[in-house]
Amino acid sequence: MKPSDPGITWIDDKPLGLAERLYVPLLVQGLATTSRHLVSKKNTVNFPEQRPAIGNPLIYRGVHRLNRDENDRVKCVACFLCATACPAHCIDIVATESPWEDREKYPESFQIDELRCIFCGMCEEACPVDAIELTSLLDLTGKSREEMIFDKEKLLSVYDMTKDAEPMKSADLGGTL
Amino acid sequence: MTALLPSPETIAALVKIGLLVGGLMTAAAYLVLVERWIAAWVQDRRGPNRVGIPLTKIRLFGLGQPLADGLKIIFKEDFTPRHVDKVLYNAAPLALLTASLAIFAAIPFGSVLPPLNIPGLPDPVPFLVAPGLDVGVLWVFALSSIAVYGVLLGGWASNNKYGFLGGLRSSAQLVAYEIPLGLGLLGVVLAAGSLQLDIIMNKQAETGLWYVFAQPLGFVVFLIASFAEAARLPFDLPEAEQELVGGYHTEYAGIKLLLFLVSEFLHMVTAAFLIVIMFLGGWHFWGITGSTQEVTWVGAFLRFGILSAKIFAVILFFMVVRWSWPRFRFDQLMNLAWKVMLPLGLLNLVVVATIEEFRPALQSALGNSLTTGVAVGVPWIIFFGGLICAGMLTPSSTDNRPIRTRDPFDQERHLEKDEPMNKPSSELVEA
Repeated sequence: MKPSDPGITWIDDKPLGLAERLYVPLLVQGLATTSRHLVSKKNTVNFPEQRPAIGNPLIYRGVHRLNRDENDRVKCVACFLCATACPAHCIDIVATESPWEDREKYPESFQIDELRCIFCGMCEEACPVDAIELTSLLDLTGKSREEMIFDKEKLLSVYDMTKDAEPMKSADLGGTL
Repeated sequence: MTALLPSPETIAALVKIGLLVGGLMTAAAYLVLVERWIAAWVQDRRGPNRVGIPLTKIRLFGLGQPLADGLKIIFKEDFTPRHVDKVLYNAAPLALLTASLAIFAAIPFGSVLPPLNIPGLPDPVPFLVAPGLDVGVLWVFALSSIAVYGVLLGGWASNNKYGFLGGLRSSAQLVAYEIPLGLGLLGVVLAAGSLQLDIIMNKQAETGLWYVFAQPLGFVVFLIASFAEAARLPFDLPEAEQELVGGYHTEYAGIKLLLFLVSEFLHMVTAAFLIVIMFLGGWHFWGITGSTQEVTWVGAFLRFGILSAKIFAVILFFMVVRWSWPRFRFDQLMNLAWKVMLPLGLLNLVVVATIEEFRPALQSALGNSLTTGVAVGVPWIIFFGGLICAGMLTPSSTDNRPIRTRDPFDQERHLEKDEPMNKPSSELVEA
């Protein structure tokens, strides 16, 4: 757009008043603002000692867990829907015939590469039996790439760790349970 | 044989130098921490609060940070770029630090000690490395000018455009602001009748009237000029990060950079010392410290404490100001120095000289208390008058609006060569 375009509305600055021309009142105003902030409440969280307040832990998308059913068996039926839905291709399932009567298959191994995962939550949405869920654990670290590939036991242990703080979401969130 | 032994006076001076240099270096290290705290708190952050006692988990609110910072910067590679002038490049930080420390020879850091009765040592012992130095203030000014030389050398020897620009800016700025600084100081020297800083302090203590009350205009001029001298915001153009990377110390690293940074803090400490000693009564506080040269041990350290507290308060002010006011543009800086500060400083000098000239006459005509009233009232009237005049006559604002002429690449531009620049908006819209 050219400076001469009639579409431009030029707004002129207000002429400086006495306070602005004297400069000192504005300096005092600036000092007052900073002094107020100097003593105001700080928003930073002292992280390792103090956990950040996350909104609703039930819908937070953190580290995955594999839920157990009431008989402490893995809930997963190895339908591959989560692996299919995953846009990052980070879920690797090996299915085998189930030893139990209520389902045909169960996962012999279930691996999630947490380094590839983008924490979109689509696996959780895809799961027909609400076996895979995202917890509110947010500080996931590891010392090697291998360590960050979570297998079935590890994912189940995440469930054991978080089941008291975060009950299975199905009932609250209209799941299929 | 006795001639070979140092005299008690020499030993006393060495002890004072040791205490002062040690204290100043520690203070500079901890002021870095305070500066970071203030910066964080002003921005609603928490600031350094993790580092405590090394090898333990004790945190102490981050009081171990200066040690960590110092170790880090000392163990960094002391890299010298190939294109620099080696001798000057190495000499610059040393010159700067030496000058910044030597300034304190003439600056008192307390009152006096009670009589010690050591033979050969004149009592009372003052808190001053070089007592009785007649040219005290001149010494301070001469050495702070040499400190500028260090900055210039650093910028020049770096053979780098940013360093060079930083050095140039620094020289122009410091030349401009030495004058108002000197004018602000002259008023105090006139009123106290001495160039010795301890005598200036004692004079304020005797009368109980700090010069900030008697010479408000001089105080403001001196305060602003000392911000510029210390190259603190809003006058930190020699090292304006956004424009000049690091300014004059762009090419420096490791311990040489540390020397530059420490000297910068020492500049600020010097400025705070001078402000407190010359305008804020030094160690004097009404009803607490007394006002004579006879002190007890408690009194001596109380005075030292009060002086330190005042200096710390001024330094805190320096630090809060850094986050309050935006940096001046270079032309505005010069505008302020030459068109505002210089006339105001001269005005202050004239007022003080006039009052001092007619003080005996006033005292015989009006009596003591009324004379003090006049000597305080008139400068305040002049202060407000001067500020208003300066504000009305030389506004430091400039017209920064975009030029509303036609597009320079407009094909039809040549047809309307006569169109005036910067028409008011209403006319432009109609056209």
